[in-house]
Amino acid sequence: MNPYLPFPVRIDEINIATEDKSLKTFKFIFLNKDDETKFAYQAGQFAELSIPGKGEIPIGIASSPVEKGFVTFTVNRAGLVTTHLHKMKVGDIMGIRGPLGNCYPWEMLEGKNILIIGGGFAFTTLRSSIIYLLHPDNRSKFGDINVVYGARSPGMLLYREELSEWEKRDDINMHITVDGTDDPDWKYNVGFVPTIVEQKAPNGDADTYAIICGPPIMIKFTQPVLEKLGYDHDHIIMSLENRMKCGIGMCGRCNIGKELVCKDGPVFTLNQINQTPREY
Amino acid sequence: MTGYIAKIKKISKQILDEGTVDMVIGFRKGTLALMNEPCFAKTSKAVDDFVWDGNCGINLANYLTSRKEKIGIIAKGCDSRNIITHIIENKIDRDQLFIIGVPCKGMLDRHLLSAKFPDEILNVSESEDAVIIKGADYEETLPRKEVLQENCSVCIHRNPVIYDELAADLVEEQADLDRFEAVRKIEALNAEDKWQYFEDLLATCIRCYACRNACPLCYCPTCFVDESKPQWVGKGQDTTDIRTFHFLRAFHDAGRCTDCGACVRACPMGIDVRMFTKKLEKDCFESFGWEAGLSLDARPPLDTFNPDDPNDFIL
Amino acid sequence: MKVIKIDKKEWTSGIEQVKNAYRVFGPIKEENKEFSAFKELGKGVTPDLSATDTRLSPKGIIFPQSEAMFEFTTDSTSDDCNLMNVPEKDYSPRAIVGIRPYDAAAFTLVKKNFDTPEYRDNYWVDAYDACTFIGLAVSSPSILDFSTSTKSGPFDETGLDVLLCDLDDHFLAKVISEKGETFLKAAGFTNIADEKDVQKIDILKKEAEDKIQSRVFFDKIQSYSILDIYEANFWEDISFACINCGTCTYVCPTCWCFDIQDEMQGKTGQRFKNWDSCMFPLFTLHTTGHNPRGTKLQRVRQRFMHKLKYFLDKYNDGIMCVGCGRCIRFCPVNIDIRRVCDTMNSFEPAK
Repeated sequence: MNPYLPFPVRIDEINIATEDKSLKTFKFIFLNKDDETKFAYQAGQFAELSIPGKGEIPIGIASSPVEKGFVTFTVNRAGLVTTHLHKMKVGDIMGIRGPLGNCYPWEMLEGKNILIIGGGFAFTTLRSSIIYLLHPDNRSKFGDINVVYGARSPGMLLYREELSEWEKRDDINMHITVDGTDDPDWKYNVGFVPTIVEQKAPNGDADTYAIICGPPIMIKFTQPVLEKLGYDHDHIIMSLENRMKCGIGMCGRCNIGKELVCKDGPVFTLNQINQTPREY
Repeated sequence: MTGYIAKIKKISKQILDEGTVDMVIGFRKGTLALMNEPCFAKTSKAVDDFVWDGNCGINLANYLTSRKEKIGIIAKGCDSRNIITHIIENKIDRDQLFIIGVPCKGMLDRHLLSAKFPDEILNVSESEDAVIIKGADYEETLPRKEVLQENCSVCIHRNPVIYDELAADLVEEQADLDRFEAVRKIEALNAEDKWQYFEDLLATCIRCYACRNACPLCYCPTCFVDESKPQWVGKGQDTTDIRTFHFLRAFHDAGRCTDCGACVRACPMGIDVRMFTKKLEKDCFESFGWEAGLSLDARPPLDTFNPDDPNDFIL
Repeated sequence: MKVIKIDKKEWTSGIEQVKNAYRVFGPIKEENKEFSAFKELGKGVTPDLSATDTRLSPKGIIFPQSEAMFEFTTDSTSDDCNLMNVPEKDYSPRAIVGIRPYDAAAFTLVKKNFDTPEYRDNYWVDAYDACTFIGLAVSSPSILDFSTSTKSGPFDETGLDVLLCDLDDHFLAKVISEKGETFLKAAGFTNIADEKDVQKIDILKKEAEDKIQSRVFFDKIQSYSILDIYEANFWEDISFACINCGTCTYVCPTCWCFDIQDEMQGKTGQRFKNWDSCMFPLFTLHTTGHNPRGTKLQRVRQRFMHKLKYFLDKYNDGIMCVGCGRCIRFCPVNIDIRRVCDTMNSFEPAK
């Protein structure tokens, strides 16, 4: 099998994900039904979105393995490939190569409490994780689930309909926050993610793991808060980003020391990251 | 010229010890013949590693770009001209620099010598007018002027044009040279032969960018070949892309190139990339009477507009 | 062990004959150039085995500097619009004649990267599998050759199918693999050498190895932690002269890093795999403008750490270097991997 050959997909649906239109969620259908089976993935993995003539871009998978018949990616318009992707239309053909990388350590997390911390548009694989955790087949396998998710403003929160559904459930504790808002009807938190973590998150113990995905600045200020709450570095799980091309551990650019972010990661414990040069 | 080193070391130690500078940039002995390695000294002890001979052809002005320290720098004629260009282009402040001027008698052509002696050269020693090349089972003495880099043999600015202290007495400048003979030969070719000449010249280019990166002028934060939005040049080995890189780079150096030869010296494939820049140097000289890096007070011709500027190149 | 004796008078005709069954690559001196390079040899062209070591290693024969992985059209009226097609590739038998043992050993190191339990880079592996490696022993190692310090050496057989030893009027061809035997048969080289000849190979090997003066040691590097060496204070000194060109990585037979680029001409395009270099800032630049290896020091450190520490730790099978000395010879500013390796090996971590 050619590891560089993308599965052909058709864009089935495009939704604007944030009020500033900088993020869109793309729903893809595999042109060949068999490819969907080959693309069996787990929450936390990513794929290369491939646009002929423009190139490829690694993006976390936003849909969840328990959702069948399609895959979704929420994409920020930033570089050459993503800018072009934002101009594409429903029905257009492109490619997806993956799934790539490891996933959050679901087997190890069974029976554990999980604290999910997300910021901005890095919430995609966390959305995938929450859908996975809340699925009736899975929910009983895990302990308490807490989610702290923040964005600049209410309109910049991803998956707003799902967020409000999760708010209503009693098997997941949502702590949604925004940096600031002038909306008088805003009924959730106001404040930066680290602050809300400090106020709302459960204390760390042997059976509680934190999963963090967000911008570097959020991670930087959340880490000491988690330490204060008693989370050991091997109980803090992070997903890293680096410039990537091949996604299969061969092209040589995404390494942090001897670990390859694309293949050995992107998910690492803080304990593992501490032992690498932090070149990400 | 090999006798300069004692004075170079003395000045370097003095300016470090007195705190005039934070570091001095010079050369240390290379691990193979015809090569020295640019290095820095932050203590007078480190200055002991400095060397000076005909293998210091890398242009040290290249190491000044956007540095913040106070720097002592050893400068041949060409280095000093690139230091002036750097100052004019705001890449370094005159106040940051202590320039140790080195009157130069030309650098040895490592490509030429390696080709001339297929059996490894193990040792090269120099006197005023001669170079002694030693291998495992040979020794040959050659007149110095026959083994100089081509840019050095046509150089008319051997003495530093700007300096704070000299490492030796000024040398006599070369005169009555036809500096552009090689360019004229190519100019005389018909279009087809000219094309062929450049095709052959670039045939072995591997796009390592050593020419660009050894050049003190090539400090753009993002070189046009690295630009991705939009992408100007393909990244493969297509000959059009290779030509585009060399042609545009040369044009970007027009009116700025001092013909220091660092690009040619650096090229691992021995391509004479100077043939591009030399033509533009000639055009700038003929059209504007301009030579780069001779004065802190003059703006380069492509930086300024003058109603009398020649415009006969406009079709 | 089988050794074939090849009279040099038969050499040219044998090489001509073998071209019927193989695409033959070998070193030739290029017109108007002072150096030789590996090229595919057309009819009547014999590999120039007197040519000294090539500037570029033959890695491009398996891993071209620029290789089309896919072709496609973006023409929306085409049924094939935006679908990737693999262009026709020639994986018929090929042979590199005159490859140096260290360059053949390099392919076996690079194979660890391209042929992994999880993924197989078919372009590299298919080309590698199609190739027969006819090595030429190094009888006069260059002063920069430190191959005996790595897992190679002037007569090393790693990665070779045949090892040729030059004995003036004839070659002794040591048959290392079945692939090698097939090649020699196809060339019509079948004359089995006698025992006395065979013994000569060991003598020559010893002589060549003894000529190598250049050595590196990396015995201690593995005992330090990655972070200890990474944070050591010698990197500024090591990296200062570097101009961040790609020369060392391009001439290196073991450097494998690459880029993936799409190129269009009108509505048809190709997706290329191009050599890339950890020396280039663009290699690791994020779209946001952030660059985890944004400085020269970080990039130089990456190159040497990858070769002399990460690889060593990851595979526990030596360094990612075969001691050919090309990066030393062609570095425009004389950064010497032997010196760097010594610095790393003799480093004293802060207690």
